[in-house]
Amino acid sequence: MSTVAAGDHHDHPESPYSIKRWLFTTNHKDIGTLYLWFSFIMFLIGGVMALVIRTELFQPGLQFVDPQFFNSMTTMHAIMMIFGVVMPAFTGLANWLIPMMIGAPDMALPRMNNWSFWILPFAFAMMLSTLFMDGGGPAGGWTLYPPLTLQTGDALPFVILSMHFMGLSSIMGAINVVATVLNMRAPGMTLMKMPLFVWTWLITAYLLIAVMPVLAGGITMLLTDKYFGTSFFNAAGGGDPVMFQHIFWFFGHPEVYILILPSFGVVSSIIPTFARKPLFGYASMVYATGAIAFLSFIVWAHHMFTVGMPLAGELFFMFATMLIAVPTGVKVFNWIATMWRGSMTFETPMLFALGFIVMFSIGGFSGLMLALAPVDFQYHDTYFVVAHFHYVLVPGSIFAIIAAVYYWLPKWCGNMYSEGLGKTHFWLSTIFVNLTFFPMHFVGLAGMPRRIPDYALQFSDYNMMATIGAFGFGLSQLLFLVLVIKAIRSGNKATSQVWEDAEGLEWTLPSPAPYHSFSTPPAIK
Amino acid sequence: MAQAENSYYVPHGSHWPIFGSVAVCTLLVGMANYLNGTSWGGNMALVGFGLLVIMLFGWFGTVVKESRAGLYNTQVDVSFRWGMFWFIFSEVMFFAAFFGALFYARNYSLPWLSGEGSGAMTNMFLYEGFEASWPSAANGPGNVGGEYKPMGAWGLPAINTALLLSSGVTLTWAHHALKAGHRAQLIIGLFLTVALGAIFMACQVLEYKEAYEHYGLTLGSGIYGTTFFMLTGFHGFHVTIGAIILAVILFRCMSGHFSSDNHFGFEAAAWYWHFVDVVWLGLFVFVYLV
Repeated sequence: MSTVAAGDHHDHPESPYSIKRWLFTTNHKDIGTLYLWFSFIMFLIGGVMALVIRTELFQPGLQFVDPQFFNSMTTMHAIMMIFGVVMPAFTGLANWLIPMMIGAPDMALPRMNNWSFWILPFAFAMMLSTLFMDGGGPAGGWTLYPPLTLQTGDALPFVILSMHFMGLSSIMGAINVVATVLNMRAPGMTLMKMPLFVWTWLITAYLLIAVMPVLAGGITMLLTDKYFGTSFFNAAGGGDPVMFQHIFWFFGHPEVYILILPSFGVVSSIIPTFARKPLFGYASMVYATGAIAFLSFIVWAHHMFTVGMPLAGELFFMFATMLIAVPTGVKVFNWIATMWRGSMTFETPMLFALGFIVMFSIGGFSGLMLALAPVDFQYHDTYFVVAHFHYVLVPGSIFAIIAAVYYWLPKWCGNMYSEGLGKTHFWLSTIFVNLTFFPMHFVGLAGMPRRIPDYALQFSDYNMMATIGAFGFGLSQLLFLVLVIKAIRSGNKATSQVWEDAEGLEWTLPSPAPYHSFSTPPAIK
Repeated sequence: MAQAENSYYVPHGSHWPIFGSVAVCTLLVGMANYLNGTSWGGNMALVGFGLLVIMLFGWFGTVVKESRAGLYNTQVDVSFRWGMFWFIFSEVMFFAAFFGALFYARNYSLPWLSGEGSGAMTNMFLYEGFEASWPSAANGPGNVGGEYKPMGAWGLPAINTALLLSSGVTLTWAHHALKAGHRAQLIIGLFLTVALGAIFMACQVLEYKEAYEHYGLTLGSGIYGTTFFMLTGFHGFHVTIGAIILAVILFRCMSGHFSSDNHFGFEAAAWYWHFVDVVWLGLFVFVYLV
């Protein structure tokens, strides 16, 4: 397929040790690799922050860090993990996979693609530098609620402007995905023939373009309230601090689907391969994804049940939120139906995908509990909420990203990973992730508040378990690093099909995939 | 060029993106330091801005050169169209946040502070006797920023509406001329559009001056001044950018860069200008009129 472009001197990548190659690259595979490694580095940094939090919470009382620093750890941990880990990892997967899956030569706008990535190291350097400033890092929570956040010291403008910078990167990345999917499909690749990963990313990209600018608007208002005397969030001037929460969560709720929809795509790719059956209910999966995206715009205030909204608001947002269980239920049903009477094997990607379905569903159910406005008054801002969103994000999004890496790694580097190490990694991760987050349900229901460095004695046992789990989970991820490096350097050669029953254009390419693929569009049956 | 006939153009590596990251990072770190009161922050921001301008010239210059060299086939053109379309959509959502703040303040926070609905207790215990009235007494119970006179719709703002609407007409005229191959009409139409945009901005400056000097209306005049200046200010900023883009397109038209069937640069600028126009109509209705 590269005969047409033969003699093209950019057909040959520069040496991987050339710094210029990585700085100036316009190749979707290079950029995907950059995104994925960046995400992993941020995962370690954000993970260390989580361990600081867990260390302090190992026992009641204040022992290791002062409360201000503790709060800035919870704030920064969230910002790192959301904007620095999950979003870039999915964008990295999109870069690597979407052009190969739809038979395109590259992303639609390759130079802009480079900029989307190369903004991130600068933006996160800015964000991390705030930890060393007068007054410390941001400590008002990642949701940046005023008036508390406006009390941040010198860090505030750095936090806000670096978030603008990250938003620029996300918007450009998303525009690139939409343009690629809408314009670069090989002839015959109709929308309803696209792999589900491409579909979920198309919808995710739409959500990103729709809500990142709203976040930009909201944090701009914070900045002008603090430095230019505006009254957006100042009741004395006719504004309202609660208004920030509305603007923030209008962004924030679609954002949590931005963090999960591509996972649905990953799992929908992996399950059929290892069940050796086509995906059950492809069209309903597409429509369910669309429905989730639509609903994400009309449920935001369920994050604010206790803020003092009118009763009509509480009711509307409660019922709208519970509706989301329907399309999500369709998805879980379809995954299970795909496996029904399938000829199943349990390689590492499949294990992570199955872990995803089970544990993401646990997070979904606790989400339904939180959606009930009257009971949310008890759970609100407790560890129950922490347990809920960590179940959907860690054994949810993060497991899906790890599953995707195992599944496509042989295609990327041409070598198989070690199945034994992979399975060990899965079991260690699964055991420790549950040890970390399951006890949080109990302390939360019993009333332990979140974002507090100290707690009452009766919560000690469960907190101790959670801390042990967190260290175990963190250390297990080093195994993942070792495994990936080993697979890149050596390992059994992968075939182009890699998995016995894998379907999709990417598996028609050799492993490792050539630097430029599909310079001439493939024929689609 | 090594690119095969009619295949999708994938550019070679480019140094402009990383240059742009350094530029924007310098700009933002400079701004943040300026806000923190350092003496050098403002200058650093200016340096960053200068670098950004260089980057924009370099990057767009490369794109123009590649386009002139005929490297872009129809499919590349469509990518640019989707890119511009979704960029404008993101801008719409940015303005939506500020319009949302305006509607929220008018329909919820001010009435609640005045004791409506669930705000009865707030009003009774915190702000007794406060009654908001939009637009004349909408700076909150603290009378933040002091007495002010709101900006009416039928002076400069109405003239500005006429200016922007006519600029939309002249731009469409120029576009028709471009398609029909009438160069002189194209250049006159485009020139008029840029000129109308510039006059609009001049009127906007006059209006701000009037507000600050005679109306007592400032950015700090409670939620009214806040929404008024933030919405019209961001709009004015976008008009300025749009006018600069159109001016660049004007120069490109004068150098004969566009043909009657291949002129996406022109169309992208026109889309942007119409978007700015539509935002103004929203502003005229919701900020000035009702």
